[in-house]
Amino acid sequence: MLGPDATPGQIEATRKGLGLDRPIYEQLVGFYGRILRGDLGQSYFLDRPVSQALWERAEPTMVLMLSALVVAIAIGVPSGTVAAACRGSAWDRGLMLISLLGVCIPGFWLSLNFIYFFAVRLGWLPAAGYVSVLTDPAGALRYMVLPAFSLGFNQSALIARISRSCMLEVLQQDYIRTARAKGLSHRAVTWVHAFRNALVPVVTVIGITTAVLIGGAVVTEIVFNIPGLGRLIISAILRRDYPVVQGVVLVTATAYVLINLGVDLLYAMIDPRIRYD
Amino acid sequence: MTEAAVDVLASAAAAGAPAMRPRWLRRLLANRSVVTGALILVAFVLAAVLAGTLSTHNPTRLEPASRLQPPSARHFLGTDEFGRDVWSLVLYGSRVSLLVGVTTMVLTSVGGIAVGLVAGFSRRLDTVVMRVMDGLMAFPAILLAIALMAVRGPGVWNVIFALSVVYMPRTAMLIRSTVLSIRELDYVQAARALGREDAGIAARHILPNCVGPLLVQGSFVFAYAILAEAILGFLGVGVPPYVPSWGNVIASGKNVIREAFWVSLFPGVALTLAGLSLNLLGDGLRDLLDPRLRVQ
Repeated sequence: MLGPDATPGQIEATRKGLGLDRPIYEQLVGFYGRILRGDLGQSYFLDRPVSQALWERAEPTMVLMLSALVVAIAIGVPSGTVAAACRGSAWDRGLMLISLLGVCIPGFWLSLNFIYFFAVRLGWLPAAGYVSVLTDPAGALRYMVLPAFSLGFNQSALIARISRSCMLEVLQQDYIRTARAKGLSHRAVTWVHAFRNALVPVVTVIGITTAVLIGGAVVTEIVFNIPGLGRLIISAILRRDYPVVQGVVLVTATAYVLINLGVDLLYAMIDPRIRYD
Repeated sequence: MTEAAVDVLASAAAAGAPAMRPRWLRRLLANRSVVTGALILVAFVLAAVLAGTLSTHNPTRLEPASRLQPPSARHFLGTDEFGRDVWSLVLYGSRVSLLVGVTTMVLTSVGGIAVGLVAGFSRRLDTVVMRVMDGLMAFPAILLAIALMAVRGPGVWNVIFALSVVYMPRTAMLIRSTVLSIRELDYVQAARALGREDAGIAARHILPNCVGPLLVQGSFVFAYAILAEAILGFLGVGVPPYVPSWGNVIASGKNVIREAFWVSLFPGVALTLAGLSLNLLGDGLRDLLDPRLRVQ
């Protein structure tokens, strides 16, 4: 903060100004007191309150998470359903192999490969950067395709696996056999009768996926140079800007807990047999 | 014993003799996921152990004259921006990854067993311990690891510490739930009625039942830890940049991806294969150890 030429007097004054000369327990109580008042403190380096810095960086992270979620659902649910409907076929084996790879391929490495192929070699999409959806929606979409696919692909693998096992369970039910006995087509049985009932646990997994995306977004933002909360926390860590680190961790942990709570409540809403006493 | 009975016993023994393998080993070897996963993992262990022999160059030696060379007979997987041999970096990187993975797995298992047993046996401590575990699990795993690394600074052992803290609660929860389900069974009640202490019951009757779930969980923790170590290295908050690790090499490859895609490609392939082997192993073990899945 003060640079290598700072005098001991300046260092002492800064320590006092930041309250770092006080005992740890006093600093901790003061921190919690400020949190309760909605004050996350002042950044050491950004010259602004932490809450303001978080607010400015929230939009790119939220856009990235939502786009990745759309990709994960769009790939995962149909893949799992088709694999279950064609159990044991080449489709099933192929899709499940891709989903296994999706679980194992590191997201940040996949991002680099996407950049190399689609941006460097083919030149179809920008390699990195961010444009706000509020100012240029078309440009924002171009910039968001690669990050959303690389973040969403990993999660789609999990959704596909769960969708498949849920569909398989539903397809063995008596009412599905009855529907088939009535002469309904394979497609109608799969998509009209089985799919809707298999969705209940899948929705829960999608909720959990949303919470997982918070952590994944940190790495994706670094790779694609997106000015979101992930980049904010990494730069804060590297500069030891502790108020910002605390702020980002606190806000994301709160979001994580709230999403998990939302999932639990949603589960009870979708499946009337579940009750929380 | 009658002669007929002796014949029956002899023929039964003869029927079991040719295999000469325990039943669990036969089932293990018959599972394709387990065998494939174990073979890939063994290859990585050999690569890590024999890195000194298999490597063609010193992985930390900088050779600016040979920077960014594509794969060739001299440099099997090319060189990075500092002229370091990528093949040697990948081999030595497997040491860091396996060290972090194995140690994190052991520490999370030991910590998880201790915490899970305490929580499972003591109703008074259960609430306190489990709320602390809930608190740790409230953070996205990688973010908590990053925050811990921010406090402790870069280093292999700091990475292991951070990842053990992050993944231990999941193991503790698993052990606790196993303890709770077994604690009330008749044979445990009988052991208690015979005057056995809690510690004796835990060691003799509860822990053997935790081995199965622990093995499955351990293989997944191993995979997560390897991946998380690479992510931390990639972000610059893991092991120091001069230590050859897959995450560090991928990070240095990011800067030169336009000119030299191979720098980040090969450590990523190694990372994917390591993850694949452990996931296959975990999936296979779960299929074998979960009777419900075995029936299917």
